[in-house]
Amino acid sequence: MFDKLFAQETIEETLRIVQNEFPLGIWETVYVTIIATAIAIAIGLPLGVLLVAGEKNGVLPLPKGVMQVLNVVINLLRSVPFLILMIMVFPLSRLIVGTTVGTVASIVPLVIASFPFVARLVESSLREVNPNIIEMAQSMGASPLQIIMKVMIPESVPSLLSNFTIAITTILGYSAMSGAIGGGGLGKIAISYGYNRYKYLVMLLAVILLVILVQIFQSVGTRLAVKSDKRLKGR
Amino acid sequence: MIEIRNLSKEFQTADGTVEALKGVNLTIQDGDIYGIIGMSGAGKSTLVRCINMLERPTEGQVLIDGEDIGALPMAGLRKIRREITMIFQGFNLLMQRTCLKNICFPLELAGVSKADAKKRAMELLEIVGLPDKANAYPAQLSGGQQQRIAIARALATDPKVLLCDEATSALDPKTTHSILELIRDINRRLGISVIIITHQMSVVEEICSRVAILDEGRVVEEGLVSEIFSSPKSKAAKRLVFPEGADEILLETKGERRIRVVFSGAVASREPLIAKMAMEEQIAASILGASTRSIGDKAYGNMLLGINGDDATVRRAMEYLRSIPDVLVEEVTDHV
Repeated sequence: MFDKLFAQETIEETLRIVQNEFPLGIWETVYVTIIATAIAIAIGLPLGVLLVAGEKNGVLPLPKGVMQVLNVVINLLRSVPFLILMIMVFPLSRLIVGTTVGTVASIVPLVIASFPFVARLVESSLREVNPNIIEMAQSMGASPLQIIMKVMIPESVPSLLSNFTIAITTILGYSAMSGAIGGGGLGKIAISYGYNRYKYLVMLLAVILLVILVQIFQSVGTRLAVKSDKRLKGR
Repeated sequence: MIEIRNLSKEFQTADGTVEALKGVNLTIQDGDIYGIIGMSGAGKSTLVRCINMLERPTEGQVLIDGEDIGALPMAGLRKIRREITMIFQGFNLLMQRTCLKNICFPLELAGVSKADAKKRAMELLEIVGLPDKANAYPAQLSGGQQQRIAIARALATDPKVLLCDEATSALDPKTTHSILELIRDINRRLGISVIIITHQMSVVEEICSRVAILDEGRVVEEGLVSEIFSSPKSKAAKRLVFPEGADEILLETKGERRIRVVFSGAVASREPLIAKMAMEEQIAASILGASTRSIGDKAYGNMLLGINGDDATVRRAMEYLRSIPDVLVEEVTDHV
């Protein structure tokens, strides 16, 4: 299947496709990933806070039933494979966006699939906060909300940033997968040319671009996380 | 004034109920530096956490100026916690905030405006001797400096009481000494009562006026530090005053008169004290037990001397030793 990969006419055709399709594909992938991640964080962050603060010994203990429901919902959503979840949320996409096809419509399943993941990542970041520091805040008369907003979240910013980086690269991968069933972007280009039309060079280039995007997101995220960590500025 | 009345605390663990505190009664007067000492597991940390209701006592009350703080609603309790602040063994600074912002933290909680909080924080940095560290992060400071920032933070809301939970246990002797000096200075200058929880007798003897000895959840002895030093009655107190088991030596030296010498910052390290007493006063003293440390050129700790002789000799020896500044001398009579 790769015998004519670098033949003259293949290269010319590929260049044409790259020029016509790739700029839009890159743009779609980037903006879908960023918007889906932002919404997933907006939903996942408060849920992650509740997972930690709402525990029996947390700063804002919630009824046991509430915590159980929260945990079950998160685990349920996390156990459905992404491709299947996408199809399952078609009705929701239609309700919110008006269609199930296209770049914007794919944001809905991306968010549904990733916010529970983000909630778990936030949970693990917040659990790293030294409990003695929370006790200190309590001893100074901090309310539960003040402890969450002024201690737990600010103290775990470096860890949150590295976890959000994991989230954005995972969501980038999901967005490529969404190309299989109507989503746009580099994933769609790779699948429709590589899988449906046997243009492997196009697929290869799309995949290389996806790899480069992951690299960029990862190194920017890592740099931000390190830079934000004031514990590392010691002697 | 803080009154602790019949305070008990039980914890439910997998192995059953653990009684951490059993009917503790204590009164701490305003302006005191009060020590609560005990071995690990004696219930000290639980006791200090009951004073600001971080732990809810199973039974009993804590009265601050007559007010039962255990009966306060949560909002009222949060308010009173601004008046009973705390410093910790691990400093517990917010690592992602500058020192200045750390000191502003309790003021932010109390709703003080940013400008006022900053002004107050700068004053406090001055008080704790670190005015140049405003924009440094805790990770850039030494342990002693971090504890100074923690003290500044604890003072931000003008508390009446400062609780020190093993505040010097993570520090070396020299730094411990300078932190204790700072606490004493704050106590004198600002009139803040201080409660010091520690397992180190040296901390109590250096700074506290009164002390309670906690053993297995009970107060087994309470009184002036000098009294407890000169005549510890309970087993736990003896163990703390003679950490190396000097009391066992004592049992065997009958017929001898015993004098306790307590150094609280005396410039004694350069003076061969015992040798000089022998030469100048012709009194031979044997050292039965000693636990002293020199910090800088000052001595802290205590020494137990045995003297063979009559009343007059013992009196002369005590007068001689008393003539040295910052040395306390007592005859030990009701020991054993």
